[in-house]
Amino acid sequence: MSNILLAGFGGQGILFAGKQIVLAGMRDGKYVSWLPSYGPEMRGGTCNCSVIVEDEPIGSPLVTKPDILLAFNTPSFDKFESKVVKGGMIFVDSSLVNKKSERDDIQAFYIPATELANENDLTGMANVIMLGYIIKKTGLFSEEFFKESLTSGIPAHKAHLAEVNNKALAIGFGYEG
Amino acid sequence: MVVFEKPKALTDVPFHYCPGCTHGIVHRLVAEVIDEMGIEGETVGIASVGCSVFSYNYFGCDMVQAPHGRAPAVATGVKRSHPDNFVFTYQGDGDLAAIGTAETVHVGARGENITIIFINNAIYGMTGGQMAPTTLLGQVTTTSPYGRKKEIQGNPIRVAEMIATLDGAAYVERVAVDCVKNVRNAKKAIRKAFETQKNKKGLSLIEVLSTCPTNWGMSPEKSLEWLRENMMAHYPLGVYKDITEEAGDNE
Amino acid sequence: MAEKMLMKGNEVIGEAAIRAGCRYFFGYPITPQTELSEYLAKKMPKVGGLCLQAESEVSAINMVLGCTASGERAFTSSSSPGVSLKSEGVSYIIGSDLPCVIVNVQRGGPGLGGIQPAQSDYLQATKALGHGDMHFVVLAPAYVQEIATLMGEAFDIADIYRTPVMLLADGALGQMMEPVDFEAKRERALPEKTWAACGHGNKRKHNIVNSLYIEPETLENTVLARYERYKAIEENEVQYDEYMTEDAEICVVAYGITARIVKTAVKAAREMGIKAGLFRPITLWPYPKKQLAGLADKVDKFLVVEMNMGQMVDDVKVATGCKRPVEFFGRTGGVIPTPDEILAKIVEMNGGAK
Repeated sequence: MSNILLAGFGGQGILFAGKQIVLAGMRDGKYVSWLPSYGPEMRGGTCNCSVIVEDEPIGSPLVTKPDILLAFNTPSFDKFESKVVKGGMIFVDSSLVNKKSERDDIQAFYIPATELANENDLTGMANVIMLGYIIKKTGLFSEEFFKESLTSGIPAHKAHLAEVNNKALAIGFGYEG
Repeated sequence: MVVFEKPKALTDVPFHYCPGCTHGIVHRLVAEVIDEMGIEGETVGIASVGCSVFSYNYFGCDMVQAPHGRAPAVATGVKRSHPDNFVFTYQGDGDLAAIGTAETVHVGARGENITIIFINNAIYGMTGGQMAPTTLLGQVTTTSPYGRKKEIQGNPIRVAEMIATLDGAAYVERVAVDCVKNVRNAKKAIRKAFETQKNKKGLSLIEVLSTCPTNWGMSPEKSLEWLRENMMAHYPLGVYKDITEEAGDNE
Repeated sequence: MAEKMLMKGNEVIGEAAIRAGCRYFFGYPITPQTELSEYLAKKMPKVGGLCLQAESEVSAINMVLGCTASGERAFTSSSSPGVSLKSEGVSYIIGSDLPCVIVNVQRGGPGLGGIQPAQSDYLQATKALGHGDMHFVVLAPAYVQEIATLMGEAFDIADIYRTPVMLLADGALGQMMEPVDFEAKRERALPEKTWAACGHGNKRKHNIVNSLYIEPETLENTVLARYERYKAIEENEVQYDEYMTEDAEICVVAYGITARIVKTAVKAAREMGIKAGLFRPITLWPYPKKQLAGLADKVDKFLVVEMNMGQMVDDVKVATGCKRPVEFFGRTGGVIPTPDEILAKIVEMNGGAK
C-alpha cells in the first residue's frame, strides 16, 4: 500500500506525474485515487497531489501522512517532510531544494532532476526523470511495465512524445545517487 | 356567411383581461397568424409572469409557463431541443425589461430563433399599477406617486432600439394597437416575426405599445389617446432591425 | 467487466449523463465543477447533443425547464453559490412536475465562501432549495465510480417520479480521479411523457406545463398528489451503505467524500479494539430513516461527521428518535477532516483506547 504525495510549483508537471503512477496502478489491478489541490494555486503557486495505490478499496483520498513524498521545491519540502510516516521515503529534486532531511527514521533520495532534464534536452521533463527514479527505488512497478503504461496513452501521431518520455524515464531509472 | 369568428388557435376559455385592455387584441393577432401559417400543431408558447400569465389557457398550442423574466431562457430550452417547432414568448414590460433583462439581451446576442411578443404598457398590471422599466418620466404610478423622476427612479428603457443593436436579432419592430390601421400593421409585423423564425434567421421581437386603462386610471378611449400622445413620443413606431432578406441563416 | 477508465469526477458526471441518454446541458462556469462544462462542450456535439453556456445560473436552470418541459432529458450543474441562484427555477420545475437533474459540486460558504470542498449545502439540498412545499431526490456519491452509477440512475428516477434529482458532490469528488467503468445500469420501465409541450401536431388537446393555481383547493390538490409520489419515492428509492455496523457500539454517520475518510478512521479504531462502524446514507432525501432507527436499537452512540457545522445531526436525531446520544465532529470552510481527527473523536467517545 502506498500513500504518495507529490508537491511543487504549478507547471512542474506534478499532477501529470501523479496521474502516471495512478494509471500504472490501475493497469496493475490495484485500487487507485488521484486528488489534486486545485484553484488559484494551480496557476503558478504551490501545487500538490495525493496519490494512493492500494490492494483494497480506498478510504480517504487525501494523503496527509505520505509513505512516499516527492518534493519539487523547498516550500513543499519544508511543509511535508515531517509528515512522512516512519519508514517512509522522500524524493527530492536537489537542483531546486538545497536541504537534506535530518530524520533518521526515513530514507531520503536526492536527484538533480531539473538539471538532468536541462542537460539532456529534456527541459520540462524533470517530473518524468523523477518518476523513473522513484519507480526504481520503491519497486512500485517494474521499469518495463511503467514504461509501457506511460507511453500507452500517447497517440501514434505524437510518437516523438513517447520517445522523450522514455528517454527521461531511462535517465531517472539509471541514476545512481 | 361568416363575417367574424374566433381564431382556431385560441381556446374557448374566456379572457380574464379588464375592459379596454389591449392584451385581447394582441392575443387575437398572434392566434390569427398561427392559423394563417397553419402552425398551431408545431407551436409552443411561453407564458410569462404578469397579466398575461394565463395566456397558457387561451392559446390552443402547447404552452409552458415560465418564472418571472425567464421566458426567453425557457424558450431557448424548448427551441434548442425542438428546432423545427415555432416557439414564441409573450411577455410584459416588467417581465422582459426589468427582471428578465439579461435573458432578453442574451437571446438576442445568441440569435435564438424564437419570436418575442413584448407588450409595453408602461406599467405593472397584475400587481396593480406599479412603476415599470418603461414607465415614462413624469408618469404617476403607485410606486412613483409624484411622477417618475430620472434622478430617483431612472429613465425608461427603449427595448426595440436596444435589442436592435444585437447581432443575433433579425427582425425588430415597434407597433401599436391603438387604431385599426396600427392593429393591421401590428399583425403584419407579427406575421413577419414568425416568418423570420420559419426561415431560421434569428431572434424576432415585436414591441407592442399597449394600454392599461385600469391602472392608468383612464377610460379605454382616453387610454388610447394617452398612448398616442405620450408613449409614441418616447417610443416611436417603426422597424428597428431587419436582416431577414440577407443571405445565410442563423442555424 | 468493461475496461476501466481513469477519469475526474466532474468528467464522469458528464459522461454518465451522455450515457444516460441526456443530450442537453445548460450551465455556467464556476469552480470547482467547470471541468464538467468543458467536458460536455467537447463531447455533446459529437453525440448530436448541446452544451450551452448560459448568461447566468438563473437562465441555465430555466433553459433546463424549457427543455424538459418539451420532453427531453436535460441537466445543469453548478457549485454552491450558483446553486442558490438556481433555487427559483428548481421550485418552478417542481411546481410544474418536470423531471431534471441538477448537480451541485459543493464548496465552502456562505457567500462567495471558498473554492475548497464542503458539504455546507446539506440543508439547502435536503430541506429547502426553493420556495413552497416540496422535496426532491438527493443522491450523495462517495466514489467516482458511484458518480457514474448514480448519475445514470438520476435521470431514470427523475422521469419515473417527474421530479428533479440532485447529485450532491463536493469539490474533492469533482476534482479527483479514480478508475471508473460505465457498466450497464439497472433497466427501469420509464413512463411516456404524454405531458410534454412539444407541439400537439393537431392530434391532441394542448398541453400546458404550469405551476400556477389560483384556486387554493386546486393548488392543495396538486401538492397532495405530489406528496403521494414523494411517499412512493420514500418507499422505493432509499439507498445506503454500511460498514462494520453489525456489532458496532459507536456508529458514525457520514455521506459523500467524508464517509470515505470516516471509513479509514473506523478501520483504525477497529485495529485499536474499538467497535466502530459506518452508516452512509447514499440518498440524503429520501433519508434512510428506518435503517437508522434499526441501528439505534443496536449501537450505543452515534457520531455524525460532515464537512459543515452539523447540518445532518437533526436528521439522525429524528430518525433514531433520540434513543441514543448523537455527537458531531466536522470541519468547515473547505477544510477536509483527517482520519486522525475523526479517530480521536471516536476514541474520546469510547472513553479512551482499549
